Amino acid sequence: MVNPAKMLEERKEKMAAVSSTNNAKIEVKNFNFYYGDYHALKNINFPIYEKKVTAIIGPSGCGKTTLLRAFNRMHDLYPGARYEGEIVLYPDGLNLVDRRTDPLKVRMRIGMVFQKPNPFPKSIYENVAYGLKIRGISSKRLLDEAVEKALRGAALWDEVKDRLSANAYSLSGGQQQRLCIARAIAVEPEVLLFDEPTSALDPISTAKIEDLIVELKQRVTIVIVTHNMQQAARISDYTAFMYLGELVEFGQTEKIFTKPEKKLTEDYITGRFG
Amino acid sequence: MSIELKKKLDIALYVFLMLMGAVSILVTFGIVWVLLVDTIRFFTHPDGGGFPSSLIRFFTDKHWTPTFYNKQIGIWPLLNGTFLIAFISMVVAVPLGLVVAIYLSEYASWKTKEAVKPWIDFLEAVPTVVYGYFALLFVTPLLQKFFVYFGVEMEGMNALSPGIVIGIMILPYTASMIEDSFKGVPQYLREASYSLGASKLRTALFVVLPAAKSGVLSAYLLGFSRAIGETMVVAVAAGMYPQLTLNPLEPVQTITGYVVQVALGDLPFGSFEYLSIFAAGFALFAITLVLNSIAVYLKSKSLGY
Repeated sequence: MVNPAKMLEERKEKMAAVSSTNNAKIEVKNFNFYYGDYHALKNINFPIYEKKVTAIIGPSGCGKTTLLRAFNRMHDLYPGARYEGEIVLYPDGLNLVDRRTDPLKVRMRIGMVFQKPNPFPKSIYENVAYGLKIRGISSKRLLDEAVEKALRGAALWDEVKDRLSANAYSLSGGQQQRLCIARAIAVEPEVLLFDEPTSALDPISTAKIEDLIVELKQRVTIVIVTHNMQQAARISDYTAFMYLGELVEFGQTEKIFTKPEKKLTEDYITGRFG
Repeated sequence: MSIELKKKLDIALYVFLMLMGAVSILVTFGIVWVLLVDTIRFFTHPDGGGFPSSLIRFFTDKHWTPTFYNKQIGIWPLLNGTFLIAFISMVVAVPLGLVVAIYLSEYASWKTKEAVKPWIDFLEAVPTVVYGYFALLFVTPLLQKFFVYFGVEMEGMNALSPGIVIGIMILPYTASMIEDSFKGVPQYLREASYSLGASKLRTALFVVLPAAKSGVLSAYLLGFSRAIGETMVVAVAAGMYPQLTLNPLEPVQTITGYVVQVALGDLPFGSFEYLSIFAAGFALFAITLVLNSIAVYLKSKSLGY
């Protein structure tokens, strides 16, 4: 059984164990985003530190998901999207939102987990192997190894190891979301984006996913959008607070939640609006 | 207006609409009834040897010659022609339908779609007799020139040319049904694929197509049953020679082609020859009914998200 108190304790230890060096993995510089004529994101500037969890919080419609989906160029799938400014990925300094940057190459390096679990209507194995096959891996042995590693990494292996060929839709919602995480980490991305990954899940599944996120930051840089402030406080190292398409405040999570600099942040954190 | 009057109007409208609905169902039953009665008359007609020997001969005779002096009533040559042409048309419509649907649903921008779609729908608006003469006077000579180049002689009436033309004819129908089933695939599955670095083509072939497979299959089945039932093109360009052959360069006759030929002739009403078109037509009806039922079943199963 899950013991919430014990889980929280373990999580705290893990978070404390993380190295304290701060290298920017991504730098958002003077970033603007438009849907047609609508100016959705206004002059955003902040860093995303390597192997840390950065939470983006803010009330509905503040543009947090819009910003997240700019990191892996998901907006390119729809007409009318326009990026301005820079989102630089280190170490090579690639501008992710440059028109000359191939969105496919961006998505090869930056993975995403969505709000609603969205496994493919295929087997569990095929779901995890999908991204590997895109990268040209076809050897059965390599695929088997990578699939197992990813499913272990997503804390799902023990539950599904005897039915890898079962359809992904036979899993519960929480398991499906962990499968989506396995699918995303199987290709070993440098950055992993989470778009409100637990909003469709029950508390126990949510706790498992949160644990997993904390675990994953040892290997990958994580950006998570959440409307759940407690969640941001529980799992993130840094927090960005957005309001009406602007970045109001960015800083260490502890500081944002205890001593915010801006009045607006404080009002939101204390539940006065949102 | 008083409530009583409104209620009465409501009831009147209800009865009216129900009658209108009933008419279309009654017409269907009427058609089946006529087919069935004349089919029974055919199989009990003394010219065919009476029941049940005529029914046995229907499935065992190797020729279809009910209008000749020496009457043979094996349905196979007609089915051969029907399926050969329908098969050829599917060889055209299956890949093309898929390509057009993938283009329209996954690649084309909204603007190009608006520009392209009317032209595809236009194919559907062309009268079938035009397609028939297109097959006879354009496609057949073209194919003949092509085959002569390889030293192969092709008959003026053949299965290949109408088969290809029917394939083009049912293309808009098949493509738009496949596109509809693609539209039914939730966007979040495409996003999942793209987020892993997949290209458009991979997403279309490995995510969208498998997710829509029962819809695609049902589109193909309905297209196939349309090809089987197609009449004018085969009547004009396929010939009038029912034979057992798999060679698409030879003339054949389909069930629909036979019905046209006999119905246009001056055979006495109610004669054995005349009744033979109902037996053949009934066979066609049975086949398309089965195919359509499978297609409807597949379609109902298609999206379980």
